[in-house]
Order: sequence, then C-alpha cells, then structure tokens
Amino acid sequence: MSHTRRLQLKTVPMIVISIILGPLGNVFLGKAMKGVESFNSARVSDLVAIASEVLRSGYLWLGISCLLGFFIVHMLLLTWADYSYVQPATSLSYLSISVLSYFVLGERISPLRWIGVTVICLGVFLVGRTPPSTTGDTHRA
Amino acid sequence: MLEIILFFFIVVAGTGGELCVSRAMKSIGEVHDFSPKSILNFILQSLRLPWMWLGIAMMSLGFFSLLAILSFQEVSFVVPVSALSYAAGAFGAKAFLGERISRNRWVGIAVVCLGVTIVWWSRK
Repeated sequence: MSHTRRLQLKTVPMIVISIILGPLGNVFLGKAMKGVESFNSARVSDLVAIASEVLRSGYLWLGISCLLGFFIVHMLLLTWADYSYVQPATSLSYLSISVLSYFVLGERISPLRWIGVTVICLGVFLVGRTPPSTTGDTHRA
Repeated sequence: MLEIILFFFIVVAGTGGELCVSRAMKSIGEVHDFSPKSILNFILQSLRLPWMWLGIAMMSLGFFSLLAILSFQEVSFVVPVSALSYAAGAFGAKAFLGERISRNRWVGIAVVCLGVTIVWWSRK
C-alpha cells in the first residue's frame, strides 16, 4: 500500500470525528452565550458578572468538552498530515454546524447563507483531492 | 467595530495558535499507536514543548473572542466567517512550516474564501 494511500485510510475517519465534535462544541457554546448579556452592549464593569454567569452554564462545559475532544483528534491528525490539508478538510464541519444551528438553536438560515456554506464545502472537496502530506516522510514517534 | 476586532482575534490568534501547535506536533512525529496509554504519553510529550504552550495561549485568545461574539451573533454566521483563517493558514503554513501548497490546494482555499464572502453577505 502506498504511503499516501495508507495516510488517507487513517486520516478520513479522524476527520469525520472532528467534523462532528467541533460543531457540536460550538453549538453548545452558542447556547451558553445566548443566555447572557450581549458583549456588544455590555460595560467593562459588567464583564465579571457576565463571566461568572457564563462559567455556571452547563452548556459551556459541555461545549468545552466537545472542543477538547475535537482538539485531541486534531492534534493526532497534525502528527502526520499537513496543516494546510487538515484545516480545510475539517471545514466540512461548516455544513454540520449549519444543520445543528438550525435544529438545536432554531437559527433561521437564509438561502444565501446555505449557498455560502455549500461553496465552502466545494472548496473543501477540491482541497481533499490533494495529498495529505507534502513535506516528505513523517517520522516515527 | 467590536465585531471586526473579535473576528480579527478569532482568525489571526486562532490560526497563529494552530500553526504553533502544528509545529509542535511535527516535532513529535507521526503517531502509530492509538491505545489510551500511548495517547496519554503523546499528550504529556506535547505539553513539554514551548511551541505547544504558545499555541495554547493564542488559541485561548481566539476562543474567548469567539465566546464574546457568540453573545450577540448567530453561530451559523460566526463559525463560517471564521473560515477566513483558511487564507491566513495557507500563507502561514507555507512561510512558517515550509509546507508546499499546490495550485489545486490554492484553488480550493480560494473557493472556501468565496463561500465565506457569500456567508458575510447574509449578515443580519
């Protein structure tokens, strides 16, 4: 089995895990932050009260747990694959985040936004057709 | 204006942090064993690298900026717009990590950026 083929076999399942965990984490963070006062209108003196309110939200910790899981998977991926391959490939998560935002957060997603997200995914497809590593053989741990 | 500043931190600090983490990971080398003990060793090994800590600090700044912007903007808007980091990431990976970015990969990244622009137009 060629080096590139072997890398792709273990890279794809890891990318699938990351495109589920990452968006789920962001959706939970969004849910936590929607429950507090907007930073856009908050005064500096309100920041401590907002921070303590955010830290008591279960959704924040759920979101952080998902993102931590995503981060570990992402780190493992980066031990053998190029950053410029991993980063765009995991951007398939933009499709899953739109779906999750719609169903979990009830956000209204306009047709224009769906088109934008689809174009992002098309870009991801183009990037996914390039070899995962371009800097030569990776080293054994 | 606050929105632009927060997006700047999400994109620049977030991408810079990922590049630092990527540099740390490349110095560890490819992981072959996925047992819990090996993954724990891998995490402990990574925490001994200065690049890892610089990466964590920058990514933390990006993360708190993300939290702040999510308090007044939709998740389905903020996360796709933060994909602007693809362009920053590609330039950074080329300059900082020595990755060779093929023409096809540049085309893909350009299409991703076009998608981000369309999402920005859907701003409410």
